[in-house]
Amino acid sequence: MTSALGKDLLGLEFLSSEQIQLILDTAEPFKEISERAIKKVPALRGSTIVNLFFENSTRTRISFEFAEKRLSADTVNVASSGSSVQKGETLVDTARNLEAMRIDMVVIRHGASGAATFLADRIESGVINAGDGTHEHPTQGLLDLLTLRDNLGDLKGKRVCICGDVLHSRVARSNIWGLTKMGAEVAVCGPRSLLPNAIEDFGVTVFERIEQAIEWADALNVLRLQLERMTSGYIPSSREYNRVFGVTRERLDRAPRDILILHPGPMNRGVEIDSDVADGPHSVILDQVTNGVAVRMAVLYLLAGGKPELAEAAKGNSR
Amino acid sequence: MSEKLRSLVLAGGRLIDPSRGLDETGDLLVVDGKIESVGGKLGPIDDAEVIDCGGAIVSPGFIDVHCHLREPGREDVETIATGARAAAAGGFTAVCAMPNTDPVTDNQAAVGFIIRQSQRANAARVHVIGAISVGQRGETLAEFGEMVAAGAVAVSDDGKPVVSAQLMRTALEYARTFRIPVIDHCEEPTLAHGGSMNEGIVSARLGLKGIPSEAEEIMVIRDILLARRTGGHVHLAHMSTYGSVELIRWGKERGINVTAEVCPHHISLTEDRILSYDTNAKMNPPLRTQKDVDALREAVKDGTIDLIATDHAPHHYDEKEREFADAPNGIVGLETALAVSVTNLVETGHIDFVTLIEKMSCNPARIFGLPGGTLSKGAAADITVFDPKLKWLVDPATFLTKGRNTPYAGQTLTGRAVCTVVQGRVAYKLSGSGTDERPRRANQGSQ
Repeated sequence: MTSALGKDLLGLEFLSSEQIQLILDTAEPFKEISERAIKKVPALRGSTIVNLFFENSTRTRISFEFAEKRLSADTVNVASSGSSVQKGETLVDTARNLEAMRIDMVVIRHGASGAATFLADRIESGVINAGDGTHEHPTQGLLDLLTLRDNLGDLKGKRVCICGDVLHSRVARSNIWGLTKMGAEVAVCGPRSLLPNAIEDFGVTVFERIEQAIEWADALNVLRLQLERMTSGYIPSSREYNRVFGVTRERLDRAPRDILILHPGPMNRGVEIDSDVADGPHSVILDQVTNGVAVRMAVLYLLAGGKPELAEAAKGNSR
Repeated sequence: MSEKLRSLVLAGGRLIDPSRGLDETGDLLVVDGKIESVGGKLGPIDDAEVIDCGGAIVSPGFIDVHCHLREPGREDVETIATGARAAAAGGFTAVCAMPNTDPVTDNQAAVGFIIRQSQRANAARVHVIGAISVGQRGETLAEFGEMVAAGAVAVSDDGKPVVSAQLMRTALEYARTFRIPVIDHCEEPTLAHGGSMNEGIVSARLGLKGIPSEAEEIMVIRDILLARRTGGHVHLAHMSTYGSVELIRWGKERGINVTAEVCPHHISLTEDRILSYDTNAKMNPPLRTQKDVDALREAVKDGTIDLIATDHAPHHYDEKEREFADAPNGIVGLETALAVSVTNLVETGHIDFVTLIEKMSCNPARIFGLPGGTLSKGAAADITVFDPKLKWLVDPATFLTKGRNTPYAGQTLTGRAVCTVVQGRVAYKLSGSGTDERPRRANQGSQ
């Protein structure tokens, strides 16, 4: 059974704009399921899915688990702090053992870039990348696209700026690929020490100052600034980061238009984003979380070979 | 060992010896392990083994000044014996073993061990490179004098850069007494820290931490300046960037005693090879860009790069079968170096076979003061016979090295050693059967 997405979802770099469009369109009918009293449809009944999390994650893991359960899949969670290497078993052995248990899909979160690709190359089950190192986080990219589309309509020509630590961000990479493929104009803004040296080669605009980004953008996707960036010397302090690059109410007030605010979470309030922005009228941060479940349901459904045109019917009748 | 060697006639090959400006078709006679006559047509010689070299090139034996034979310490991935046999299969009559073994080759006893093991192996010659610093820790100088007396031909902390400029300076000064080169693995560690591939658009796409070209180039210019200051001979290992080429050119124009090598992979592959997270394309220095490849090929041609060395680095497949950032650096190279070089330097028109032989034989011998590198009468008979046109499919399962970690698997390359003679003894002969000859046999079958 070949799905419309192929065997795996490893990154948005490898999807066509039609495939992305398909996932977003498929997510639409699934949104409603989570609003029901009985949040469950039988679309993946009998499927076995393993959530393999080698890195701490709350939001993404729970979101996937809800998506799987609401589609009636049987799920197992494998959490492991630290890498497989530290654990003593290699990733390839873990993969082979899972395969031997005849599973249908693996959702993997791993600290090493390429880990999802590595797994997908070695097992026949479908692999969904739930974040690999600083490479990609495709379902986050998709839920960002869905949220932007909900609010801005067609993304063609819309201006989205990704703000902050692009260098270490898998969310940024998935956003850049996804937005570009959907016809949006993409910019990044952050200290140069937190942007890849070759960032211009992605075909994005680079803003040195957050004020320029705010003047330009229809939406800002504000990335989390990890504390370790300071200790490893990429920037001097979170205090200065907020003063120079923080998305603050004062800065947004000078914008020529209303700017949609996204954040993949978890937020550092008062660092990359101020509370009154995060909680303000143009913040769609919680909508992103809601959309995350629908998008992941769509991805699971499509990878399992579900017919896009039957997604509406797959919901079944609300009982 | 005392049995008398049969005389050997290498008949009818194209004899190329750049050290003497020789390039003609004829016979070569080896008697008693030494070259007896070169050129012309020999009559029948009693009890001599005759090897038909028609269509092949007969060259001074190739010498690889940079390989990792893993013994002592990691005999599971390579031994001196398997490495020396793989070397012979690749057309090398001699290799230099790097000292990053376990324990480190940093004293005369360790040097002696490798030499004894290589004598037992009785394949390609194995010369020893001793460590610059005790334990390769970059702190105190190892005993160059005793290591040289035991047979070491150079010193290096390869695998690790010499971080301390002061230690590098001292090493260059101290090595002058023993007339040996100091080989440096040029890598500024704070810039390279945590990197697993070239820094650029590919590393940005893959989300892998990059190693900028400057990590190499900063150490290249440091070493050149220290060679100028000290008058010592610095040999720069595995150059990978166009910037390094420019800096070496700058140094050589000023008469500074600097020599440099390039590896076959750096003149044939780019960072794009990593797009599938293939750990068999992971090495240090990393694969760079097409601009770097082009500059390195040009530098081989114009002499800025003196020689080709393999950086042969076998690893167990388990170690390579893992997340890219966690996989070890290095690929095997002894059995593909000639073909990769022919395919990417000669067939592309950058250099001819005469220059290739200089880079793989004459220059390594001259720069490292090693026997070989010539077909002169009376010289030790270290000779490589290779078919410059033979196309073969790289199948790692047929390698004599224990390593299978090559990025060339499945590729068809041109050029292959057909016979390797070490001190008058045939150390390797390509068999007429097996996968190597498959394309040929297929052709014959259809005739």
